[in-house]
Amino acid sequence: MTRSEPLSTTMQRWISLAVLAAAIAFPLVARPLEWDFYIGFASRIMIYALAATSLNLVLGYGGMVSFGHAAFVGAGAYTVAILMAEGVASAWIAWPLAVLLAGALAAAIGAVCLRTRGVYFIMITLAFAQMIYYVAVGMRAYGGEEGLNLATRSAVGFGLDLKNDVTFYYVVLTILAAALFALRRAMGARFGRVVVAIRENETRMEAIGFPTYRYKLVCFALGGAVAGLAGALLANHNSYVNPNLLYWPQSGSLMIMVILGGVGYLYGGLFGAVALLVLEELISGYTIHWQLGVGAVLLAIVLFAPQGLAGLLARHRDG
Amino acid sequence: MAEPTLRVDSLSKHFGGVVALDAVTLEVHAGEIHALIGPNGAGKTTLVHLLSGALAPDTGRVHFDGADVTARKFHERVALGLARSYQVTSVFRAFSALDNVALAVQARSGSSLRFWAPLATERALFDEARAVLAEIGLAGRDGVPAGHLAHGEQRALEVGLALATRPKVLLLDEPMAGMGPEDSERMIALIDGLKARLTVLLIEHDMDAVFRLADRISVLVNGRVIATGPPDEIRANDEVRRAYLGEEQQA
Repeated sequence: MTRSEPLSTTMQRWISLAVLAAAIAFPLVARPLEWDFYIGFASRIMIYALAATSLNLVLGYGGMVSFGHAAFVGAGAYTVAILMAEGVASAWIAWPLAVLLAGALAAAIGAVCLRTRGVYFIMITLAFAQMIYYVAVGMRAYGGEEGLNLATRSAVGFGLDLKNDVTFYYVVLTILAAALFALRRAMGARFGRVVVAIRENETRMEAIGFPTYRYKLVCFALGGAVAGLAGALLANHNSYVNPNLLYWPQSGSLMIMVILGGVGYLYGGLFGAVALLVLEELISGYTIHWQLGVGAVLLAIVLFAPQGLAGLLARHRDG
Repeated sequence: MAEPTLRVDSLSKHFGGVVALDAVTLEVHAGEIHALIGPNGAGKTTLVHLLSGALAPDTGRVHFDGADVTARKFHERVALGLARSYQVTSVFRAFSALDNVALAVQARSGSSLRFWAPLATERALFDEARAVLAEIGLAGRDGVPAGHLAHGEQRALEVGLALATRPKVLLLDEPMAGMGPEDSERMIALIDGLKARLTVLLIEHDMDAVFRLADRISVLVNGRVIATGPPDEIRANDEVRRAYLGEEQQA
């Protein structure tokens, strides 16, 4: 697998640890300086990094170009918001349920979509996601088009209060780090080899005896489940959910993050989320036409670094 | 002769209005190398697709190892011991030669729904893969990405991937396609060496190889089997000469 891990593993480990250390230290520096906005902003980036990483599992490693990933993020977010509205605030109930529901939804949608290939797959995942979007719009009891406010953030116990932005930051960081670690383990295990090999040559995988449909479905459902977790965090972060979370441009944003960051690279989702959200923040300070700037950067990446930022870094270190 | 290990009953397949296979009936006996020859477009590769389960037939049945496998899926047939290779090399080009073969070993050695234990520590898998690489003459080429192997080596790996599934019957679709004489000799020796262990249905254009290797030969012309028999009989068959061999010799 020359593509995914060209960096020497020791080198990669050191960089990972350094980035993790910096992320842990960040609030310690930011808090005294009263950069509260940036602590919240960093949490948002990490939540999107989690969502993009879950799409990277499906799209990057699994080679399934899903254009409906926002539906699973939205399912997770709505699960938390609806439970909250019904009086269930515990994160230990709401978050696992968000994961399960989004995973089950992905399994059901994937079971149909994965019978198609190529452009049809892209279109049918989009179609399903739009259906879920209209379901959210139609839920009058839970705000319909207006969306739904969360009375508070989920309760995690252990004396931790998620309403404290620094606490929330660390919870999100822990989850993202754990997800990335799990992704690395899974991709180095049997499952990862199978998923990547299916991306490389699905027909041959069948010809050597793998039930490829089954493995793709598991991959797709896992991606949906992790997206559901990102959604649960996002609902907490925004203290608000609305159908726009599930609208197709959200799926597009996640795709852009993955492409920008590096399709099929461990840190592709993370790099992409950082790059896109920071760019958006920077450029929108100057002009309301920030999307034009983002588009130009995306174009440059696709032209000059088709492997994305993670690929660029890997190649640079290699050479 | 015992019950044939692979029996094809009047298998037909159309693509739109084109008849690719027209009621093909064929028996492959256990332990033989059975060659399938025929001019281009005769339907040889289509037959391999139908036998392996890559395509479903319009009508007809496929029996394998005493059971009707017509409704069985591609990967299920591989698990039962019916494996194939491809005419156009279809390996995992980005993976090393060793990883290629190890995947085929992995396919039949338990579930791959394992998300935590590093694959790299599964010694048994890679030991077995190394043995297959040695058998196909790629010992020492473990770490080379399949896409960087020489053409002859890729063709050997193509067969190795099928072999590593431990088939009872191996469907070889033109294993010598595009090979020079040296590589062809090596492939002939490899296939000849399989004879003791498994049954082979060999599709091949190289007549020299076919007549040296085959115990029996079937001739497919325009989607129909026009003759089946030992090499000498096929060589002497007028209809075959007219339809195929003569044409080849003139060319």
